[in-house]
Amino acid sequence: MPSQEEIFTKVSATLVEALNVDEEEIKPTSTLQGDLGAESIDFLDIVFRLEREFAIKIPRGELFPESIFQGDPEFVQDGRVTDKGLAELRARMPFADLSNFEKNPEVSAISDLFTVDMITRYIQGKLGQPSPN
Amino acid sequence: MRWIWIDRFLEFHKGKSAKAVKNLSLAEDFFADHFPGYPIMPGSLILEGLAQTGGILAGEVNDFREKVVLAKIPWARFQREALAGEQLIYDAELLHIRPESAAVHGRATSNGELIVETEILFAHLDQSRSQQLFGAENFVFTGELKRVLGLVKLLAGQTDGTNT
Repeated sequence: MPSQEEIFTKVSATLVEALNVDEEEIKPTSTLQGDLGAESIDFLDIVFRLEREFAIKIPRGELFPESIFQGDPEFVQDGRVTDKGLAELRARMPFADLSNFEKNPEVSAISDLFTVDMITRYIQGKLGQPSPN
Repeated sequence: MRWIWIDRFLEFHKGKSAKAVKNLSLAEDFFADHFPGYPIMPGSLILEGLAQTGGILAGEVNDFREKVVLAKIPWARFQREALAGEQLIYDAELLHIRPESAAVHGRATSNGELIVETEILFAHLDQSRSQQLFGAENFVFTGELKRVLGLVKLLAGQTDGTNT
């Protein structure tokens, strides 16, 4: 299995292609939307390139969940994610680092969870799993 | 103007590749302005033709149950201009198809010479969502485009290499 650094390097190369950014701009902590300028359409592109680069299958909505909080009105109150909502986030995105977000869980900050590091951890988890075939 | 930028499919290999032809007649409206005395096809319209070729290739995989919309052109490299009187061949190869998206690699050539090479990303939208976002009209598969594909099926017995 490749090291975390090797995975990061490949993830960076993928983002260079998908987002047309310079490799130097990409740090583990970079947020995809805020720092690297990704738009929602770009997520489709990133997923497909990651599948190709790492020869893995990424089920729809697994890496970039769609509308996490639409299922239950108790997930969000007054623009903030509730404890129940946080539990849902943890369950849906175990590879995301919620430590900062939990301190001030404003819904508007949720896009900051989508970092380069998050993708790297997700891929690491994927490669660590036994192949479905 | 009818928004149809391919004349006919030459080959159609389900879920793999498609080849279409586009003849550039000087009578095309856009040549009047692009440019007077120097009629070259706008690059964006060549890409549209490739997107129609690739979009039908992608949509046909699921029997056109989902709307396929052009989402993004990650890159396109133009090699030379395409002049009135030329015949463009659009080759689209399906790179991937997922429930929510598809990507094709496209090449437009004229007389064997490369005009442009590109990658095109499509998003799949289910029927209700696409109508919300774009209205009923605004997507790749008008009835007319599907009829273009019908034509290749009609000719399947007559054209070598055609596989529907």
